[in-house]
Amino acid sequence: MKRCLIVDDSSVIRKVARRILENFGFSVIEASDGRQALDVCGKEMPEAILLDWNMPVMDGFDFLRALGAMPSGDKPKVVFCTTENDLAHIARAMHAGADEYIMKPFDKEIVEAKFQEVGLI
Amino acid sequence: MTPQDYAYLSKLLNERSGLQLAGDKQYLIESRLLPVARENNCGSIGDLVTKLKAFAEEPLRRRVTEAMTINESFFFRDKTPFDRFQDTVLPYMQKIRGASKRLRIWCAASSTGQEPYSLAMMFKQAGAAFAGWKISIVASDISTEVLEKAKSGLYTQFEVQRGLPIQLLLKYFKQDGDQWRISQELRDMVQYRQHNLLDSFAPLGMFDVIFCRNVLIYFDSKTKQDVLSRISRTLVKDGHLLLGAAETVVGFTNLFAPMPEKRGLYVHAAAKKPQPQLAAMSA
Repeated sequence: MKRCLIVDDSSVIRKVARRILENFGFSVIEASDGRQALDVCGKEMPEAILLDWNMPVMDGFDFLRALGAMPSGDKPKVVFCTTENDLAHIARAMHAGADEYIMKPFDKEIVEAKFQEVGLI
Repeated sequence: MTPQDYAYLSKLLNERSGLQLAGDKQYLIESRLLPVARENNCGSIGDLVTKLKAFAEEPLRRRVTEAMTINESFFFRDKTPFDRFQDTVLPYMQKIRGASKRLRIWCAASSTGQEPYSLAMMFKQAGAAFAGWKISIVASDISTEVLEKAKSGLYTQFEVQRGLPIQLLLKYFKQDGDQWRISQELRDMVQYRQHNLLDSFAPLGMFDVIFCRNVLIYFDSKTKQDVLSRISRTLVKDGHLLLGAAETVVGFTNLFAPMPEKRGLYVHAAAKKPQPQLAAMSA
């Protein structure tokens, strides 16, 4: 079973995303900021990460850069999922190594389409 | 809505577009027609039907038909037909049209434009392979309302997130308020035509590739046979037809033959055997 790490400071978003991803057959792990997410990745790298941008302690963009610097072999597919819906943010995220980008609000079909696009479903 | 109102609207839709309503589409009809009823100072669907019966107003009949025929669409819908187009049709066409460098594609019942624009993006992504070619994408629909939206190239955030890879959004769209507009360059690649599939295809000309997806399923058997027969006369001898995932020619016509292991992709039955290049490419 593929593991997906949901990184979001909103417990409501994590709950909704968990329900969607579990329906697609993922085993879900949660983190509420980038620092917690790095700890999870340091112990066992997931296959997928659904990543918020604005979070306390460490935001999604800094997490993505830190993830890129980790020595691990297989890097997970990273799908941003954020309210930062302008072209500049999207371009910055993709340039930093994100694989896909979801603009909130989202629904099951959008998550499915984006995860399919990067070969996770 | 009374059963009599539903029956009247079903008959109107069938006569004007060939589409058949299943028996359980009351909710769909109410959601589509209530705004039309309000636009025309009718308090209910029943009042709208009364008005339709009382006055032979062509604009109102057309508006009602269009409202009932609008189909949801999204970019690269179902993905597989676009994979077939990419891995089988395009290499074949590139070879056999290499001299003329002209290609005509028809997206029949193209709704709000996502299908023709998806194809336009594929040609742009192909880059040098089709540089210097005259690619003509004709997109038609019965509804002038959806054609206007398609021509505008303007899509909501939800619409651009269904099926459109983010890299293509970055490359071909610009933000326009809280919506996204496809580039002028891509809009210029598509010609939109208001066209009813029950009418003659002759004014549209001949095509190398025809996409006719997710519309035949709404026709009765006789109309399906008629439309497929006329498509066969509109598709060049070495052309390709792509149907929707839930659609087939089997049982309706022997004019087309499915390509083995290429679900949804058809060629003229008469042209199926002597196609060595095609067979080689699809191997």
